[in-house]
Amino acid sequence: MSESADVADSSRTTLSMRPTESEVQAAAPLPAIRDEELRDYLPGLEPERRLTDWGRSERIEGLLDRALVDFLYKHWFRAEIEGIENVPADGGALLVSNHSGALPPDAAMIGKAIKEEHPRPRPLNITVEHFFKGFPGFSMLIPKIGCVAAHPANVHRLLADEQQLVLVFPEGRKGTEKLYRDRYRLRRFGRGGFVEAAMRARAPIVPVAVVGAEEAAPIFAQMRLLQKVTGLLYFPITPTFPHLGALGMLAYLPAKFKLRFLAPIRFDDPGLHEDKGLVQTVAHDVRARIQEELLDMVGKRRSVWLG
Amino acid sequence: MKSKRVLITGLSTYWGGRLAQALEADERIEVLVGVDNEEPSVELERTEYVKVGTQHALLRRVVEAAEIDTIIDTRLVVDSATTSPRKAHENNVIGTMNILAACSGAASPVQKLVFKSSTHFYGSEQDDPAFFVESMGRPHAPKTPIERDIVEAEAALRDFAEKNPLVDCTVLRFANVLGPGVRTSHIALFSHPAVPMILGFDPRYQFVHEDDVVHALEHVVQRELPGVFNVAADGVLALSEVAGLLSKPYAPIIPPWGTGLAAAGLRRVGLEIPPEMLNQLRFGRGVDNRLLKAAGFRYGHTSRETVLVLGEHLRLHPLLRSGGQEPYRYEREVEEFLRWSPHVKGSQTRNTPALTAGQVTALQRLLETRAGGEGEAEEPEPPLENPRPDPDRGPAAHEPEVAEPELEPAPPRAAPVDHYDDLAPEEVISLLDSLEPEDLIALREYERLHAGRSQIVGAIESVLARRGQPHLG
Repeated sequence: MSESADVADSSRTTLSMRPTESEVQAAAPLPAIRDEELRDYLPGLEPERRLTDWGRSERIEGLLDRALVDFLYKHWFRAEIEGIENVPADGGALLVSNHSGALPPDAAMIGKAIKEEHPRPRPLNITVEHFFKGFPGFSMLIPKIGCVAAHPANVHRLLADEQQLVLVFPEGRKGTEKLYRDRYRLRRFGRGGFVEAAMRARAPIVPVAVVGAEEAAPIFAQMRLLQKVTGLLYFPITPTFPHLGALGMLAYLPAKFKLRFLAPIRFDDPGLHEDKGLVQTVAHDVRARIQEELLDMVGKRRSVWLG
Repeated sequence: MKSKRVLITGLSTYWGGRLAQALEADERIEVLVGVDNEEPSVELERTEYVKVGTQHALLRRVVEAAEIDTIIDTRLVVDSATTSPRKAHENNVIGTMNILAACSGAASPVQKLVFKSSTHFYGSEQDDPAFFVESMGRPHAPKTPIERDIVEAEAALRDFAEKNPLVDCTVLRFANVLGPGVRTSHIALFSHPAVPMILGFDPRYQFVHEDDVVHALEHVVQRELPGVFNVAADGVLALSEVAGLLSKPYAPIIPPWGTGLAAAGLRRVGLEIPPEMLNQLRFGRGVDNRLLKAAGFRYGHTSRETVLVLGEHLRLHPLLRSGGQEPYRYEREVEEFLRWSPHVKGSQTRNTPALTAGQVTALQRLLETRAGGEGEAEEPEPPLENPRPDPDRGPAAHEPEVAEPELEPAPPRAAPVDHYDDLAPEEVISLLDSLEPEDLIALREYERLHAGRSQIVGAIESVLARRGQPHLG
């Protein structure tokens, strides 16, 4: 069959253009076009749209900012920022922070800090547990205010393809459910997946140390039974929750917030992520640096409320 | 390799029909065969239709006899609302198996296989990535029958591609299709006065316009693009955004817990939500469409534009329906004309009437003599009765009562009758396309009163019907 097709081709001299075309098509190996080349084909955002392809809404984010985040940042937590210049002005970068508080205010404060203090403010994508996508209400709201599920593919697309800022909390829920007496003691940093993601995307890691969130929303106990009944990630007992109702989660104590952005760790060589040993080493190193910085900041702090 | 002898499965599906129409215009394709178990629902010019069973068990013989080099499989059922689960399984799994069997083997003439699949392959779950890339597998085992079928069919295809490295296998995974011509569960969902949603969820949705589906299939037929490609328009919309684009309110009437039960209740009151859609309404889905774009394909519509086009159609739909005409509707008259006229399936197409000069003059003379014989009675009549060709059945039906009194003096005109009767029915039919609607109506009345050959009357009717379509469609 293929022979007869060739004969038919050669007999049609007028169609000689077409085989060369298909040869060119065949010569371009498909698996090789990935990442860099494909980046050119990323869809742009249509100007008529109010949501990004991730479901982020500038309008709702702005609404929340004016209603709550701005007040918390400037007046309630009186956030103090150090080292904002360590956040790159362009390209993808992975911010890694400690995590705490019943309904953690730290993510919002880091995002707000970049918006307020950075010479080139950029939106921050906050990675959250898949849980939120499955819980009614959260599922609707969470993507609108700039949260994405902590899936390696999501982080990679944001860092490598879209060249955006991504914030991860490698402690995950182990960080937010820890009790007040364990404050500022970092939990395990997952399995180093965040380092792997940064290496694969060749994006720098910017460690961030946050002081104040532990005292703003302290957790005194965890109610396992109520957690099971409500289907929530955890069910904490805080100074205001649950006896003041669901809004008690938002009733933060006015602790003084201090945020310190540390020097970025760069990974410029391709293929680093395949070295599992290196991934673990870097993960430990990042954790150690944040822990060290936290102890330094807490040690220098004279008052929980006044800083 | 270039496709020359193409076989399309699922010819009577919307996609098979549209693709066949598109490929008919491609001169490089010598043979176009379409198989299905039902009559095709669109007008086809040179596609040969072969009726086969649901399981496509005898396809191998068709493929070998016609030396098919390219099979385009458009037959996969991806919407469980269209048919029963058992029929869908029969078609999707057993049918795919037999089609693959028809192109395997060392002696098989098939060199290329294009398979139309769906992004339902990926499913829709809580811990999905925001954008599925072609190389990603399905994170969870499928739970709904249709997804299970799709996964199984694709597994069979992957297996086939590994065992037959010489066959160029392309799989296109299409996102939810919207468009004025196609019927899907999602279009049905969006046709309600409000867009039903699950309380507390605003899933991400990506769509593809029906024309882009056909163009994507066409695109891969003439290129060597082995592998899997997602086909979904640019832009992932939230369902609330879709409702806004359709300018409809959204109604969070489906409870987040006990959703399956509620869906069963809603089915009772006419709100059909198939199981695979239920998960999508909760978790949504986005796919990465860059690979096909890198392979040279350009989308005609973004997701947003696709929804806007649908919105326009949904607003116009009630008006068009009352007019009795819809785009891409199956036209029985046209179809019958195509079936029995010996001139249709020949090399000449109806759009390029290859009339001999003798035929044209014969017919012109016929019409002149007719107009002359009619004289004063004919002059004021046409503008009064029918200034424009009217496609509606209404005027056509009341035509005879106006026309017949005027046509009473027709019998005396013997000369045109003689000459006209010299023409065989086939010859008359082949001339019809070159006539004006007024002339066609006149000719029809003439034929009715004289020879009364139903073949010719029917052919005139179908030409009139076809002419009428653009005015309403």
